[in-house]
Amino acid sequence: MTMNIKRRVFLKGSLAAGTVGVAVGAGLLAPQAVVAAWNEKAFQAKSIDDALSAAMGTASNVASDAIKIKAPDIAENGAVVPVSVAADIEGVESIALLAEGNASPLVATFTLGAGAIPDVSTRIKMGKTSDVIAIVKAGGKLHSARKSVKVTIGGCGG
Amino acid sequence: MAKSIKIRAKLKGDTTEVKCLMTHPMETGLRKDSKTGKLVPAHFINEVTAESGGNTVMTANWSGGISKNPYLSFSFKGGNKGDEVKISWSDNQGGSDSETATIS
Repeated sequence: MTMNIKRRVFLKGSLAAGTVGVAVGAGLLAPQAVVAAWNEKAFQAKSIDDALSAAMGTASNVASDAIKIKAPDIAENGAVVPVSVAADIEGVESIALLAEGNASPLVATFTLGAGAIPDVSTRIKMGKTSDVIAIVKAGGKLHSARKSVKVTIGGCGG
Repeated sequence: MAKSIKIRAKLKGDTTEVKCLMTHPMETGLRKDSKTGKLVPAHFINEVTAESGGNTVMTANWSGGISKNPYLSFSFKGGNKGDEVKISWSDNQGGSDSETATIS
């Protein structure tokens, strides 16, 4: 276990400075081929479709009532917007959270493992008033839900 | 490094609810330092792993779009009182930490 952690640290450290980073920055290389841990292409994508294609393999999704997003209607401070996503869908594999108005919309992905319930909460930054989008992957299909959050003070770039 | 993770794991019925708070600046790399006017380099947690009973319960991948000092909560089935829950994170600058809590 200790060995694994060290290896991970080493990989990440070398990525930051090395040629791999340059190649990724230029968009020449799909980073998951190099470091499987973090999907840089998805997180750096500027559009929702690009982010979803990179993170989930497809951008096509179906709106679903079974997904509940809990987020404030008005967020006074965009730097801290509490968001919960719960899905009443069988066989959820992963959940992605996006803020439509952010420069890089994909904020987080959660991959569910053994016994995990599709119900996660976290706090995100939102640059401006926009929709929070939750994408739930179940059985190879994407289900989506969105909720509008009005931001009074932006949280990106302070 | 001082412990950067606080974990609460509670068993409710057959569901274990885990809440955790991490201490981290979560810099997006887009913010300017108000004194120097230079961009603050990106520094954020990009991977969080939760393990319990030898299984990986959840893996989260994050961008800098997660708020400073991130909060995360999730639930899973199959946990028992006294079992351990281990949360580990690693960031984009090679930092990492982990912490273990007991389900109560």
